[in-house]
Amino acid sequence: MSSEISSLSELVACPKCDALHRVRGFSDNERASCARCGTLLIEPRETSFLHVIALSLTAIILMVGAVFFPFLQISAQGLSHGSSIFGVAMAFSDGFLAPLALAVLLMIVALPLIRFCALIYVLWPLSKGAPPWPGAGRVFHAVEVMSPWMMAEVFIIGVAVALVKVMGLASVSFGPAFWAFCLLVLIMGLKNAFMSKGAIWRALGQ
Amino acid sequence: MMGMQTATDAGLTGCIRCCAVSPAADTHCARCGAVLHPVSTHSLQKVWAWWSAGLICYLPANLYPMLKTQTLGETQENTILGGVVELVAHHNYGVALIVFVASIIIPLAKFLAIAYLALAVGGSERAGGHRHLHLYEVVEFIGRWSMIDVFVVAILSSLVQLGFAASIHPGPAAVSFALSVAFTMLSAQSFDARLIWRGSEQDSV
Repeated sequence: MSSEISSLSELVACPKCDALHRVRGFSDNERASCARCGTLLIEPRETSFLHVIALSLTAIILMVGAVFFPFLQISAQGLSHGSSIFGVAMAFSDGFLAPLALAVLLMIVALPLIRFCALIYVLWPLSKGAPPWPGAGRVFHAVEVMSPWMMAEVFIIGVAVALVKVMGLASVSFGPAFWAFCLLVLIMGLKNAFMSKGAIWRALGQ
Repeated sequence: MMGMQTATDAGLTGCIRCCAVSPAADTHCARCGAVLHPVSTHSLQKVWAWWSAGLICYLPANLYPMLKTQTLGETQENTILGGVVELVAHHNYGVALIVFVASIIIPLAKFLAIAYLALAVGGSERAGGHRHLHLYEVVEFIGRWSMIDVFVVAILSSLVQLGFAASIHPGPAAVSFALSVAFTMLSAQSFDARLIWRGSEQDSV
């Protein structure tokens, strides 16, 4: 029985195509991809957990700034009107569109914030080689489930399209929140590049 | 490295979360504790359910107005396609193309691609292999970008509030379009990519 368990622990199945691989004697900084579909199976260990923590903290600070500072302002014919990111979500707050306001707020502000906090919770002890904090596995699973629903970068493209539509109508000025949000999208991309979920799962599993 | 045997062939279940394998009888992954999902066409029911929900929401999304623009007392209502036409009329071809691709081409292509994949993996032969996997990866990656138009409506409606001179309000299509995008994303997520390699071995790497 114990020999069966130990041989099972040498096997990994590709999550994308179910191909079975035997891995033995891998050192901590080697990587392995699925021989059939190329999905990364084993990533270098300790892939810069500290980088991800630092970038998550940066992103939290930027997000707080992006929510509270003015985002965009337009002026035409002596009239002007500004909006914050919060105001953008609240554009849908009338009548039966209200649930969409909540969804937009979730997709561009709340989920990213929750995700950054969750990542720090999961990675802080791991980065110091300490055992994970309670519930870290569940928290990290939640992080993965919510990640496709964070649409900060989609939102930025939406801003660009909206600006082109408004340009002819009025002159537009950018507030600090706009630049904070652009920076935030870059930081998020950088963080995704540093983060390898396989390495985190393996670190959590011990 | 052994040949391209799947975990299912070997009587094991692979954990899609951490890649560890467990005996097929187990219900939870021994390493990370995730619920194990054996490869099965039962998961396609979920795919079709979300797919239908998405399609149902996609119809009103195109028929009802997305934006209501009021300029100097005049009210104009634009559907998704109407918005694209207007952008073209103002010679903003690049942006018109972005909106057209994100709100019309991508959603339609997604419906077709998911339906094709779900039908193709139902058989017992490994027909598509890499081709199907790449299609699935594209569908999964591209789905969220359809949300652009919803954000455009939100930004315009919150920004362009100049009283009588010009004001923009969201239309009912914004909700059904957002729902349609969300449902098709769920449909793509419910699709188990391992199904592509289910059945008898016939591919070569």
